Amino acid sequence: MYDSKLVITGLAIFVILMTFPLWYNGGNAGDLPKVEKPTNYKQCVEDAAYMRTSHMVLLDDWRDEALREGKREKVKAGDIEVEKSLMNGCMMCHVDKAKFCDQCHQYAAVKPYCWDCHFVPKETL
Amino acid sequence: MKFSFLAVIALVALAFLGANLGSGMQYLFGVIIPYVAFFLFIGGFIYRVTQWAKSPVPFSIPTTSGQGKSLPWINHAKLDNPSTIGGVIGRMALEVFAFRSLFKNTKAEIHDGPKLTYESSKWLWIAGLTFHYCFLIIVIRHMRLFTNPMPFFIEPLEYLDGFLQVTVPALYITDLLFVGAVTFLFVRRLVNPQVRYISFAADYFPLFLILAIATTGILMRYVIRVDIVGIKELTMNLATFSFAAPPANLGSTFFIHLFLICALMAYFPFSKLMHLGGVFLSPTRNMPNDSRMVRHINPWNDPNIKPHSYAGYEDEFREFMAGAGLPLEKELPPEEPEEPAEAEETAAEGEAAQETPAE
Repeated sequence: MYDSKLVITGLAIFVILMTFPLWYNGGNAGDLPKVEKPTNYKQCVEDAAYMRTSHMVLLDDWRDEALREGKREKVKAGDIEVEKSLMNGCMMCHVDKAKFCDQCHQYAAVKPYCWDCHFVPKETL
Repeated sequence: MKFSFLAVIALVALAFLGANLGSGMQYLFGVIIPYVAFFLFIGGFIYRVTQWAKSPVPFSIPTTSGQGKSLPWINHAKLDNPSTIGGVIGRMALEVFAFRSLFKNTKAEIHDGPKLTYESSKWLWIAGLTFHYCFLIIVIRHMRLFTNPMPFFIEPLEYLDGFLQVTVPALYITDLLFVGAVTFLFVRRLVNPQVRYISFAADYFPLFLILAIATTGILMRYVIRVDIVGIKELTMNLATFSFAAPPANLGSTFFIHLFLICALMAYFPFSKLMHLGGVFLSPTRNMPNDSRMVRHINPWNDPNIKPHSYAGYEDEFREFMAGAGLPLEKELPPEEPEEPAEAEETAAEGEAAQETPAE
């Protein structure tokens, strides 16, 4: 092989870059998110599979309907009715942002801009 | 082109079947095939590069796209015609990071007259550059699924890419530019007759494959929306060699996306896409134009065969050449008939002295 020093150095850089996830984690997959589920309520406004993948679309639609179109009628969630609201609706059951929202968002590197406007509820407030 | 398109459709169909034929097939498509494809990618890449590195470069063949180093009062185009290693690194960096040779692309046209005109054509350059940088950002962005906790650069990258804050989940700027650039690169092959004439399956297939990967990815983010936590569970298992079964309900689209990427990785080392490694091993780019300062030795040369200069050649055959009436640079020594033996001796001595190679 000609210029073997240069070629081997280049290939080593290539392999190190390409195997980044293999050595960065050190074989440790870390903890899966632990979502704290509400104890008092059993049913959400949609089923769990939909909420898992598409809750952001629901929230976005609620925002448009409530704020821009003034449609603030309540939404059924099993036996109870829920306000179209993040703070007064969702967080009525899912009380703790850190133990519910943040769990998956941090795991998947998602930074929703809900909290650009909304205050994070504080228990001491 | 038809076959390339059908090949990608067949890959999609295969992955769709794999995703829906039970957990065993999901294990094959979600765990085994990705490892095989990754191994082929790394192994094939190293194989191709070492094969190239084993090929001798017989001549000094750098592209000379500017004034070479000459007399001190002639301006030397240091980047277009580098004569030093530093210049080569500069030219190579511009080539790798800015695609400078595409930037010099021109379009030739014949007008009435007839008149041949050349005009600068930057579309290929801008689309190629956009495509490659978007691909890089998208790959780095995907590292959020392969690392836990995430390295520092993921979050700012996500923020900048989703800067427009339109649609939920936030639209990535790179997604838009990427699809636009790939579409341009494809349409260019259809619209331009000259380029279409030299386009084959090896050109269309990667374009279709990459477009299909982008489409499934975009579908999963904006339209179908998949369980990202489940997907990260699988990808983290892949990154940590846990060989665990893929979580349930990942959806067919995810398996299609993953399988197409595996196809791309496995195909990569054996295709034109190897220009990723090849650009560094191009003798026309990585050699300095210093042939007037340094002698390039052809590695093919048999070390037992010594250089034979013209002076040496003439010394060997002078008498025969003179006999055939050929012009000589150095005439035969004048004959001295009275002392023939001595004259022969001096001629032989001269020959022996000149047989030493000129180099």
